[in-house]
Amino acid sequence: MLNLSNVNTFYGNIHALKDVNIEISQGEIITLIGSNGAGKTTILMSISGIVPPRSGEIFFMGKSINSISPDKIVALGISQVPEGRRIFPYLTVIENLDMGAFLRKDKDRIKKDMEYIFDLFPIISKRRNQLGGTLSGGEQQMLAISRALMARPLILLLDEPSLGLAPLIVKQIFDIIKKINIENKTTIFLVEQNANLALKTAHRGYVIENGCITISDTADNLLRNEAVKKAYIGL
Amino acid sequence: MKIKKMEYFFELFLGGLTRGSIYALIALGYTMVYGIIELINFAHGEIYMIGSFTALIVASVLTLKGFNQISILILASLAAIIYSGAYGYTLEKIAYKPLRHAQRLSPLISAIGMSIFLQNYVLLAQTSDFLPFPNLIPEFEFWEPYSHIIGSPQLVIILVTIIIMVLLTILIKYTKIGKAMRATAQDKNMAMLVGVNINHVISITFIIGSVLAAVGGVLIASHIGMINFYIGFIAGIKAFTAAVLGGIGSIPGAVIGALILGWTESFATGYVSSDYEDVFAFALLVFILIFKPAGILGHSDAQKV
Ligand SMILES: Nc1ncnc2c1ncn2[C@@H]1O[C@H](COP(=O)(O)OP(=O)(O)OP(=O)(O)O)[C@@H](O)[C@H]1O
Ligand SMILES: [Mg+2]
Repeated sequence: MLNLSNVNTFYGNIHALKDVNIEISQGEIITLIGSNGAGKTTILMSISGIVPPRSGEIFFMGKSINSISPDKIVALGISQVPEGRRIFPYLTVIENLDMGAFLRKDKDRIKKDMEYIFDLFPIISKRRNQLGGTLSGGEQQMLAISRALMARPLILLLDEPSLGLAPLIVKQIFDIIKKINIENKTTIFLVEQNANLALKTAHRGYVIENGCITISDTADNLLRNEAVKKAYIGL
Repeated sequence: MKIKKMEYFFELFLGGLTRGSIYALIALGYTMVYGIIELINFAHGEIYMIGSFTALIVASVLTLKGFNQISILILASLAAIIYSGAYGYTLEKIAYKPLRHAQRLSPLISAIGMSIFLQNYVLLAQTSDFLPFPNLIPEFEFWEPYSHIIGSPQLVIILVTIIIMVLLTILIKYTKIGKAMRATAQDKNMAMLVGVNINHVISITFIIGSVLAAVGGVLIASHIGMINFYIGFIAGIKAFTAAVLGGIGSIPGAVIGALILGWTESFATGYVSSDYEDVFAFALLVFILIFKPAGILGHSDAQKV
């Protein structure tokens, strides 16, 4: 469904992604783990077209999306929950959700989807008229996921959704990620530093170091991999 | 004696309100563009000036053809709106868009360059002399009994401004494009990540700002009765002052700043001296910048539109 083939991405002359190859099939939960500055966010931003690759190809549903603008990439069915949530601080919760559905025209279904979101995250419903910037970190993360879901994506890109949240909230969010994957058949690409949790949630995983993919295996194998355990699980 | 004084005060108050309305129409263009792309569009005053000239040309032709005053006002305004809107759109595409990822100073210099270019273009294409501008706003008969308090032209200026403010508020608050504008102002990359084409949003912002300036240009030219290539520069600086005063990037701020500036000028010239009309505006600007650098409604950091 989503393929990265020898992707190289640069910031000026900083070579951030080096010949990255990733393959994601329909319905999978794939995780990408790596330490700070490894290039995880850059991969997502390359996919979303914010920092397009300088060479290599990104294919979505068999079609190259390298030189497509970010808004068209969203229209194809790729939504991102970016690092740090990036809720629009001066839009209300409802307006943030409206923005998630920006490209949709099916008003009735948008309404239904919003109800679905409120079922998924009752707290979001309670905060609906509050400004996005006034929500707590956990609420903002839930809103960020909700906003991305409002686009009805085929694949959801999540950048460190557990960052800075209490364990209980993290568990809640991961349960919902699994639920979205099962109920809506939404494919999930999950970037995490919380490798233990990510690998327990995902089917397969990739490890990135200094812009290179170094390991790719099933989640179970990665959980048992000594190098992974030592570097990312810290046992 | 007392009544005379009250009346004079009221006259100055309404005069200030009229001025403030015009400043507001122009200031909105500065503040909206700044809110979206953090650029002071120095050529904005020229868009306003071009609006006036367009209206003058169209009005002159229509007058020769024997159209009546109201239809001239409407058609000349429409022409000004379309022409200025097209100029604003093109200006952004030619002078600012290519520099969007350049250093901060580059688009600013480009803006100043465009301002000088447009002034000189009109200077060469038209003339450096003041041209008489026909009075396009009729004296309404039904308003006759109150016209000693405020004349029809002023009334029209104030009413049109109020209507435009209401429409603009509705647009920004409730429409899809309005939400996209606010989202883009708050976080451009995130706006792109939810599917907003920010080039579109930026173009629309320039067009809206230019259209408001054109309306202001037609109204004030008709009220004052003459224009030349330089009016955009003066009005632009005043409106820019108003935008900074209110907190650049804030839409209600621009309106409040414009009204304060209008009243300051009106009262100061009325009670102190009319020789220093422009001085008061800039004294006020300096004063605000010293004591409240972010402006009245400005945040030092974020909220912009
Ligand atoms: N806008 C930028 N300009 C220049 N260099 C950048 C930029 N963004 C990221 N980089 C560099 O690219 C490399 C990869 O960064 P990236 O943000 O993708 O890492 P990450 O794996 O997401 O890290 P973290 O876990 O800390 O979020 C880093 O060396 C970083 O310094
Ligand atoms: Mg990151």
